[in-house]
Amino acid sequence: MSIMDIIGGILLIIGSTFLFLGGLGIFRMPDVFNRLQAGTKATTLGGMSLVLGVGFLQPDWIWKSLIIIIFIAYSNPISSHALARATYRRGHYPYIKSEDKENMDAYQEVVPHTKEKEDKA
Amino acid sequence: MIYFILISLLLLLMIAASVYSIAQKDLLYATMATGIISLILSILYYLLQAPDVALTEAAIGVALTTIIFVITIRNTVRMEDETDKKEKFKSAVK
Amino acid sequence: MTYIIYYAFILMALGMIFSAIRFVKGPTAADRTVALDTLTTIGVAALVLLGYMFKRFIYVDVALVYAVLGFIGVIVIARYLEGAL
Repeated sequence: MSIMDIIGGILLIIGSTFLFLGGLGIFRMPDVFNRLQAGTKATTLGGMSLVLGVGFLQPDWIWKSLIIIIFIAYSNPISSHALARATYRRGHYPYIKSEDKENMDAYQEVVPHTKEKEDKA
Repeated sequence: MIYFILISLLLLLMIAASVYSIAQKDLLYATMATGIISLILSILYYLLQAPDVALTEAAIGVALTTIIFVITIRNTVRMEDETDKKEKFKSAVK
Repeated sequence: MTYIIYYAFILMALGMIFSAIRFVKGPTAADRTVALDTLTTIGVAALVLLGYMFKRFIYVDVALVYAVLGFIGVIVIARYLEGAL
């Protein structure tokens, strides 16, 4: 086992852990914007480090891995930004903590401005 | 063994997405479920040693189908209409 | 090295299952679109790792096409939700 294999294995562990954390954050977070944060940033880091780890494990593939990393790094923030702008313009506002105890979601946190009902446009 | 578990999990996810896409009344959500079906079908073609078919399925299923369905929904209605279906049928038959 | 690959596959399968649950549950359209985007990114990573497992160089091209084209559907749905398509 050479030094490249050790670096590649560590990058694989980091990448898969962050991909799992992105999925868990999408499942757990209380708001649309929090879910967007967890589901985009964590999966961007996870996917980039996992593809780079495969490039370290198989050194012939490093250029194609770098191309995939570049495409992930420009396509994920674009989609996240477009989705956040569309959500904000539809009238959903981010999570603000206040003393208002009327609007509690399932995790016992205060979400005063979020409309949690089904939207029908 | 882990190969069998992986294929079974992917098939279960694909069947669940198909049932969701059929049963959903909102057509935009059904379009998104079609995207999930295309992703899992591409991974299955890939596991069955056919990368060219997986390439075509990825290019068509993830981009072209979604764009065409969303433009169609924009030009027609988004919610599927379930009220008085029998009268519509009768008027269409007459 | 084999156990590391198994670990990565199990964690990615759990992430896909959680995203699918959020896709079914999510109250608004934006939640479902975020879940679809996350599923696409995890799928790209899984395709690259499967290509390493099979030791075939040509298989990485599928992941490349997914990484290039995967965000177009999300952008089209977002523009439709904004009302500016």
